[in-house]
Amino acid sequence: MISFELDGTAVEAASGETLWQVAQRRGIAIPHLCYAPQPGYRPDGNCRACMVEIAGERVLAPACLRRPTEGMKVSTQSDRAVFARRMVMELLVADQPPRAGAHDPDSEFWRWAERIDVTESRFPAARRWAPDTSHIAMSVNLDACIQCGLCVRACREVQVNDVIGMAYRNAAAKPVFDFDDPMGESTCVACGECVQACPTGALMPAALLDDAQQRIHYADRSVDSLCPYCGVGCQVTYHVKQDRILHVDGRDGPANRRRLCVKGRFGYDYVTHPHRLTVPLIRREGVPKRADDRVDPANPWTHFREASWEEALDRAGAGFARIRAAHGRGALAGFGSAKGSNEEAYLFQKLVRLGFGNNNVDHCTRLCHASSVAALMEGLNSGAVTAPFAAALDADVIFIIGANPSVNHPVAATFIKNAVKRGAKLIVADPRGQALSRLATHALRFTPGTDVALINALLHTIIAEGLYDRQYIEGYTEGFEALRERIAGFPPERMAEVCGVPAETLREVARLYATSRAAILFWGMGISQHVHGTDNARCLIALALITGQIGRTGTGLHPLRGQNNVQGASDAGLIPMVFPDYQPVDDPKVHAWFEAFWQAELDDRRGLTVVEIMRAVHAGTIRGMYVEGENPAMSDPDLNHARTALAELEHLVVQDLFLTETAFHADVVLPASAFAEKTGTFTNTDRRVQLARPVVPMPGDARQDWWIIQKIARRLGLEWNYAGPAEIFAEMAASMPALANITWERLEREGAVTYPVDAPDKPGNEIIFGSGFPTASGRARIVPADVAPPDELPDSDFDMVLSTGRVLEHWHTGSMTRRSVALDELEPEAIAFLAPRELARRGLHAGAMISVETRRGAIEIKIRADRDVAPNMIFIPFCYAEAAANLLTNPALDPVGKIPEFKFCAARIRPLASPLYHRS
Amino acid sequence: MLEQKGAEDFGDGSTADGVSQPTEFGFDAQSEAEIAEHIKKYPPGKQASAVLPLLYIVQGQMRRQTGSAWVPRVAMDAVAARLGMAPIRVYEVATFYLMFNTSPIGRHHLQICRTTPCWLRGSDAIEAACREVTGITGWHETSADGLFTLSEVECLGACVNAPVLQIDDDMYEDLDHDSTVRLLEAFRRGEKPKPGSVTGRLTSAPEGGPTTLTTLQNQGPPPEPAPPLPAE
Ligand code: SF4
Ligand code: SF4
Ligand code: FES
Ligand code: FES
Repeated sequence: MISFELDGTAVEAASGETLWQVAQRRGIAIPHLCYAPQPGYRPDGNCRACMVEIAGERVLAPACLRRPTEGMKVSTQSDRAVFARRMVMELLVADQPPRAGAHDPDSEFWRWAERIDVTESRFPAARRWAPDTSHIAMSVNLDACIQCGLCVRACREVQVNDVIGMAYRNAAAKPVFDFDDPMGESTCVACGECVQACPTGALMPAALLDDAQQRIHYADRSVDSLCPYCGVGCQVTYHVKQDRILHVDGRDGPANRRRLCVKGRFGYDYVTHPHRLTVPLIRREGVPKRADDRVDPANPWTHFREASWEEALDRAGAGFARIRAAHGRGALAGFGSAKGSNEEAYLFQKLVRLGFGNNNVDHCTRLCHASSVAALMEGLNSGAVTAPFAAALDADVIFIIGANPSVNHPVAATFIKNAVKRGAKLIVADPRGQALSRLATHALRFTPGTDVALINALLHTIIAEGLYDRQYIEGYTEGFEALRERIAGFPPERMAEVCGVPAETLREVARLYATSRAAILFWGMGISQHVHGTDNARCLIALALITGQIGRTGTGLHPLRGQNNVQGASDAGLIPMVFPDYQPVDDPKVHAWFEAFWQAELDDRRGLTVVEIMRAVHAGTIRGMYVEGENPAMSDPDLNHARTALAELEHLVVQDLFLTETAFHADVVLPASAFAEKTGTFTNTDRRVQLARPVVPMPGDARQDWWIIQKIARRLGLEWNYAGPAEIFAEMAASMPALANITWERLEREGAVTYPVDAPDKPGNEIIFGSGFPTASGRARIVPADVAPPDELPDSDFDMVLSTGRVLEHWHTGSMTRRSVALDELEPEAIAFLAPRELARRGLHAGAMISVETRRGAIEIKIRADRDVAPNMIFIPFCYAEAAANLLTNPALDPVGKIPEFKFCAARIRPLASPLYHRS
Repeated sequence: MLEQKGAEDFGDGSTADGVSQPTEFGFDAQSEAEIAEHIKKYPPGKQASAVLPLLYIVQGQMRRQTGSAWVPRVAMDAVAARLGMAPIRVYEVATFYLMFNTSPIGRHHLQICRTTPCWLRGSDAIEAACREVTGITGWHETSADGLFTLSEVECLGACVNAPVLQIDDDMYEDLDHDSTVRLLEAFRRGEKPKPGSVTGRLTSAPEGGPTTLTTLQNQGPPPEPAPPLPAE
């Protein structure tokens, strides 16, 4: 504590506190422009709007930067300080457009100007810059710029995108994008951090401005909620005007610290897209179901007719009841959603288990991290991360494998980049290069599908060189001896031949990871979406266990979860093998407990998984399905097969926002609630349970998902009468030990709570397994793995490797993001990424159309040249309905996790004579 | 797109648009050798400190290869990659310093010092002479024959021999209108007059020879001063 005098009063400052912060704490407002009192922003002291006088010092000092010392006497209100601050403001006002014509009359700048009563200037104005409206979502009007540099800090230090710089000098200095390019043509990834930081209105969301670049829109209310997209779970504030979302700000949530990415910030408008379903639909009599049929989402009337809720629900429920009666309880299945709330997921799985009478309930985790979860359950008996992604900030070494966080978890990536800037060493291992590779000390571009070889080489080195943590292994693990024996057969030299990374590099990486004080491991779909996905994850778990890089600050295992609630949906039991909280359906004790808890007879056999359900439909054993907020007709592998299955169904009920590709084949379509319309809890990749609140009303006759599920349940004879999400949450939490000490009231109060929690008044445990594991023996199990090839290798017919994934702007199957104006404008058409070298070799060029073919199908798609893709590889995002990558993918499954091999199949390309491009 | 392109009024030519930028750049052998020399001056991890020398090296290589000493954008990217910096950090440096031309210039870069000492000693006359000979009317413009680009710069640190004119990397001092005209004519003929004072003054010694330490013996003959420029 430092004692000093502030405006004549004795005060104390904590170490590190600035004068501005102490003053603020004591209710003394000091103007500030270039300083943003926000996490991640350091004071820069360049604008001089915050000057204060310090006794005995010749010049004034910037309060935002200066820290008090013992006995210092500071005056914030001396004539000299006040005069200086007013003069700074007057000089800045001189160059601004007048407030009446300002881009944002409500900016921080103008609010301070008004507050200190300096809104006019005696000085002549300098010539200023013209508007830059080249970006779809953001407007640049540098005539309002005061060169405070907040945007530079936002882009460089907070988000580490390094797009904005302060170029030129003196009075000509100005923030530029790249080499003074128009924003829309720069390398900007549209995270909007600079817009949120700018205090003047020089950088603004375009949605607030008219053509003359003046602000015409103001919110009439604001709602704190969450972002609907990825597993990072950013907290946001929605600003709403006349029941429409106007713009979005990042909130200071524990996961995002006010940061957002382009999807969270600009992808909110899909909820009001004209394609939204607003009435229940029933398939028209006599319209046949065909696998290749397409329905125009803007005009469903060719295939469907409007129905009342009563009729639609009766039809939906009666169809299930009929099939159950005629073909037994095994003939039905349900796909729930990782985009819905925990309460919806819980209710949905309960409906399948009680109403359908079986465990055939699954969701998209089967397509993303099922293998990771299988390996984690087997090894640690816990299916979640052991540390939040922000633990990277405390790590010395960050190892990312099979993940591309700057595209798929952009806000998590910013913390990783922050850590690297602070000196952490980064290892990136992925067949594809990525933005993070450029920050990496080791960027390993290994041969696709050789993950086990690569990681086994690391394990071999660590064991051979004695770099393992003997104490940790003895204290907390089992199975090390078996690993030691098996791993002898995987020396780096041999593995180098398999994975294409030199043996010496493998050794260096192994040493770096094993010997660092704290190392954290991140992985994604590149690990899990393989026929050996579970083995891949087992190897990574072994890596952390034998080096003791788990359970401490800055260490751990973090499979980056994809959808906003894939963690929660899995926790809540949208999995065929387990009841809520991963309790096995075939464990007699568990089974009995749930029968008593739900007071119903339950099936004690494991249900079928996503791809297995589709196969069972083909086989005729499953005849009816309920699909809530999922789109298997886009997300499943080998879509021709999946779509045929959907079309074969006797009874298909689809509950969604839009007429999805899956809904084309539906008998009943139920208009559901969008994220921004519902209350509920969502669990992010860090195990953080967070509360979302309704922002806008539902359109037309759309209904809450939990309401719809309950109505269908009642038609299947279940006497459900939940009043709403809070009540459902309470029941769910009672069945899930993991949610102990988390109540609805607590979530309403705190917004986010990370499980496990030890007591109602204690914060959650961010880093777990510091002293043992929740297994029977208390030890984690090390499971060795063998090198196995991908299911379908290239040959002379299909000579290339196809891998699928995502792009920054689009989400999952694109049903939401492609209906967001800004996102679809930024990434508007289907593209296949190929290496420039490969293109040259084949006489192709970027922008040309090709046909990509596999044994399962063909699509026509435009080429984009991308150096990050290895030669002989094709990378296609799976979000484009007009060129659905999953028509091509291989449905071969990982034997344990039952996840399809989306990351690898044999393909070939063929140039197309003329562009045959249809946008659906 | 911009009404005012920021830099124009300040004569550093750092305008990005309207410049036809090459699409490739690679360091040549001479540059590589120079780069190695500079990079090794800094401890590991601090290579970014070499950004200024590397930009000079680029500018020199461009002069050797194209006759125009400037730093194209691809070359800045190459510098960024070499030094492990984000490209924007190199752009910032290159646009801040007047010494780096971010658009092509003429064969010779005339940099007139117009700071107070040179101005008091007649830099206006030098400017006038430059404009007469080259026909250039603005700042950071290039003459029609592509030979000269004219810029104004701040104090070049040679005020003792004011007024001065820097041509490419060399200083010409003690100029007046006529000697400037003769100097530029010599450049136009493809000659390269010896840099330094054009009046024959020895470095910064007083006009008319030394006035102190005149009694020192055994110092050997003084170095040859630059010969005065021949009269027209
Ligand atoms: S654009 Fe805004 S944030 Fe950036 S320097 Fe100008 S005033 Fe500051
Ligand atoms: S939107 Fe994000 S990436 Fe783009 S310039 Fe602003 S801070 Fe940088
Ligand atoms: S706010 Fe302190 S100098 Fe700008
Ligand atoms: S003023 Fe011209 S060199 Fe110093």
